[in-house]
Amino acid sequence: MKSAPFDYVSAASVEDAAERLTAGAGGAVVISGGQSLMPLLALRLAPAETLVDVSGIAGLKVVAAIPGGVRIGAGVTHADIEDGKVEVPARALMQRVAAGIAYRSIRNHGTIGGSVALADPAADWPACLLALGASVRITGPSGERVETIDRFLLGAYTTSLQTGEIITAFDVPQPAEGARFGWAKVVRKSGAFAMSIGCVVCVPGVSAAVVLGGTTTRPVAMPETATLVLRGATANEATVRKAIAGDLASGAPDADDYQRRLHTATLLRAIGEAA
Amino acid sequence: MIDDGDTAMADMHHAEGWIGARLLRKEDGRHLAGAAQFVADIRLPGMKDVAFVRSQVAHGNLRGVTKPTGLERSVFTFADLGAVTVLPAGPEMPAFKLGPYPPLATDRVRYAGQTIAVCVGRTRGEAEDIADKVEVDIDELPAVVDCIAAMKPGTQRLFDHWADNAFMTSTIAEGDLARAAAAPIRLQRRFRMNRQATVTLEGRGVVAHWDRRLEELVVHLSTQGAHVMRIGLAQSLGLPENKVRVIAPDVGGGFGGKNRLMPEEVAVAALAIKLGHPVRWIEDRREHLIASVHARDHTYDLTISAERDGTLIGVEGDVYVDAGAYALWPTGAFMETSMAARNLPGPYRIKALKVNTWTVATNKAPMGPYRGVARPGACFAIERLVDEVARELGREAFDLRRQNIVAKAELPYTTVGGMTFDTGDYVRSMDMAAELIGADAIRKRQATAEKDGRAIGVGFAFYSEQSGHGAVEWQKRRGRLIPGYESCNARMNSDGSVHIAVGTQAFGQGHDTTFAQICAHELGIDPAAVSVRYGDTATTPMGFGSFGSRSIVFGGGAVARASRTLADKIKRIGAHLLQTDVANVRIEKGAVYGPSGSVRIAEVARAANVRQEMLPAGMDPLLETTATYEPRDSGGVFSYGTHAAVVAVDPETGVVEILDYCVAEDCGTAINPMIVDAQVQGGIAQGIGTALYEEIPFSPEGQPLATTFADYHVPGALEVPTVRVGHLCHPAEGTEYGVKGVGEGGAIAPPAVLGNAIADAFRTMGVECNETPMTPRRVSDAVAAARARQGGGA
Repeated sequence: MKSAPFDYVSAASVEDAAERLTAGAGGAVVISGGQSLMPLLALRLAPAETLVDVSGIAGLKVVAAIPGGVRIGAGVTHADIEDGKVEVPARALMQRVAAGIAYRSIRNHGTIGGSVALADPAADWPACLLALGASVRITGPSGERVETIDRFLLGAYTTSLQTGEIITAFDVPQPAEGARFGWAKVVRKSGAFAMSIGCVVCVPGVSAAVVLGGTTTRPVAMPETATLVLRGATANEATVRKAIAGDLASGAPDADDYQRRLHTATLLRAIGEAA
Repeated sequence: MIDDGDTAMADMHHAEGWIGARLLRKEDGRHLAGAAQFVADIRLPGMKDVAFVRSQVAHGNLRGVTKPTGLERSVFTFADLGAVTVLPAGPEMPAFKLGPYPPLATDRVRYAGQTIAVCVGRTRGEAEDIADKVEVDIDELPAVVDCIAAMKPGTQRLFDHWADNAFMTSTIAEGDLARAAAAPIRLQRRFRMNRQATVTLEGRGVVAHWDRRLEELVVHLSTQGAHVMRIGLAQSLGLPENKVRVIAPDVGGGFGGKNRLMPEEVAVAALAIKLGHPVRWIEDRREHLIASVHARDHTYDLTISAERDGTLIGVEGDVYVDAGAYALWPTGAFMETSMAARNLPGPYRIKALKVNTWTVATNKAPMGPYRGVARPGACFAIERLVDEVARELGREAFDLRRQNIVAKAELPYTTVGGMTFDTGDYVRSMDMAAELIGADAIRKRQATAEKDGRAIGVGFAFYSEQSGHGAVEWQKRRGRLIPGYESCNARMNSDGSVHIAVGTQAFGQGHDTTFAQICAHELGIDPAAVSVRYGDTATTPMGFGSFGSRSIVFGGGAVARASRTLADKIKRIGAHLLQTDVANVRIEKGAVYGPSGSVRIAEVARAANVRQEMLPAGMDPLLETTATYEPRDSGGVFSYGTHAAVVAVDPETGVVEILDYCVAEDCGTAINPMIVDAQVQGGIAQGIGTALYEEIPFSPEGQPLATTFADYHVPGALEVPTVRVGHLCHPAEGTEYGVKGVGEGGAIAPPAVLGNAIADAFRTMGVECNETPMTPRRVSDAVAAARARQGGGA
């Protein structure tokens, strides 16, 4: 399990990285924390001619306030968020999500941008950021573009990223005062990728998002369930189960009996936390 | 901690000295400092790495191997290796079908991952680059994946010259089968224990080179038995044994998985002779999961019979073991079925046993032994069945178990499976486990629903662990080699320090410490003055290595005998120096004491080694001896214990959390109780892996589907509880100090106890989880099925 030979360049800036990725066509791959890419390279499952290392780009680690929220650099590590070293919105939620990702050694290196760019259906950040209504800032050969994470995530390991593009940051709205969060995930063992994730972000009477992660495609919104959460109408479990069943039928149509029970349980738990 | 048992008897064996001392492990210093030396740490000048070209398909005829242009001299097929003899492997029985397993495939591949060619590079990465360029032409054949379907007439066969796919079939029929057939309670169940890997921390590894000075092949090998591997390598390569030296440096776990001669090892050794420079192969985790020794994979279709008063009568049915594609030298995995069948009556007064067994060849990596060998499956089956009989009768499973278990007064007791339990108090171990776990309090807790919606269950399981079985038992099993003894060379130097060299192999068990304790105990010296050596055929006496919980009984016994021989001579020299009769002296605290004075052992050692004029007239110099040891009764002695666990189970997600885990165990006399506790804890960690996490599933095409740790789940620190261990001590009667082996017991009972605890959590619903690992999906499906039977809703 040793990687095939590849070239390595350390990008000086985002623009430099974008140029090198463009020049490398399909053979150039961004590496940041490397926590997913390195094992894939070692298994020779992800052929790469050139690794473009963006971990030295200071601009990717910036966290700054923006109107109505926070811009989180794509190069911020899970551990930075877990440890509260950076000021993130919905801190009660994001810190907890960060702390539950894989193992500490992975969190020390792995970045939020890398996690979203890989778009593993079982990953934590895509589900969390979808529930928070985040946007993705992307730089590429034709300049910068911003896209909602909902449009960015296309499916399992598939995003709207084009050749030469890299994620630079996430614009994450700050939920209003009094926001409540729920986060539940089921793993085969501590540190493993999730079998199911339920995430709830709710400002009572104002807004509510319910997201299911761990599907076979990408995290999906559960609109019918979110309506109940928004109305605070979650006391009757049978009603909530019915809404979840409806959302699963459209959002995770290929889920089998067990996965439906599992997803229902994680969503119920997340909803319970946020209530 | 609870200690109990025959106190007087135990005290006799825990007499002053080093037996029973909780000495810190001598080997831990180097491990903690990162200074241990494993095979991958060996660096030799000119060494090159290899990578193997492995079959991508499970079954097919190998048409050809095309070497990449320009790299022809870096790629080797079987024909390129030189003269290699493919050794017959498996038990020496006429009914056992032989199927040759060449180190590199010749005309057929029989599992995905089988070695086809070997590529040499300056680094492993370069060797893998070359391997990627090798083209292999295979005509695929249908894969045989299900070991029960494999036995249907007309099924694709693995070996064309076999009549069917069974390596071996057998039937055991003992006792009053008519009574079993007519019993009022007859429950039929199927149990599955799925296939897993052995997951040693250190994978396998081999570094081989031809030593030009000594004109011999030197093989550094991560193995459980250097001497046995030397025999296998010498025979494979056509070398006399004095031209092969096998060195096992530090070995990072074995668990059975490093106790067979494997194709990579033969290929690398052959290559080292051919190429003239050192050659290295270090197994990576993917290779380990795909192509190292596989284990478990048992299926049981069983019927248990009982009287209405709860008396268990018999066990009948079928046992299938999926042994994979080949037999591994020397004896493969072919004690699995008979051990499973013979252990099915458990510790109970079951009087009837009828079991048909099938050891089946499939297109999977070959099976080998793994900690517990067969007994985790047998224990899972019988202990789950006992719980189901109890449920059928509306009884507490604990009480039914207690009613049927062999009582202390009945020991020694020969089971219907033909094993003779020796010493112990099985009922007391059950009671101790119930006290430790607080069974009554859990029954009270269960009366109220848990706030988080989870269900709480408590389970019990009893296991026994045969150890110290020697020639009699291994002849019965028709082994190609009969590991009926162990050996120890003991040598006292001129300053009184001691070297002992043994034929067993430590791979984490703490032999450096326990064997030093035994030697120090016999010689009246400090264990710090004793060096223990193992794992080098050039410096240790012939022995069979470590497996089958044999080291403390056989190896410890050999150390005791050799040390006593030295002690006798030390006393004779000491008596001479003290000018008294040998009958008047004793050894104690580093000296020989006579009626009126003492002489230090170091002084005796000086006389024996370098001042012969001080010896009694006519006495040979030196304090050195080689002893072998086999217990008086080589049918084996039995450690045993009761495991108890409390689980919380989420009925919807199926996630199982272990809330508490206790053991009441008895391994006879413990040489080092701290090491015994660690064996129990470590075995349970692996048993929890079998019970809840570890599985290598296969696609219908025979592709292994868990090939990295992303898919193959091993319990981590957060999944393994700190086990509370209670001890009983009923020393064995036929072994040195009354020891019994303790290496495997911890791994035997966890699937059974956790299966019973999960069933208990849903006892009113009749939920059963009879397949390991009991994954969230399987548990949730079992709950859903029970709910559907009850006509309940979601």
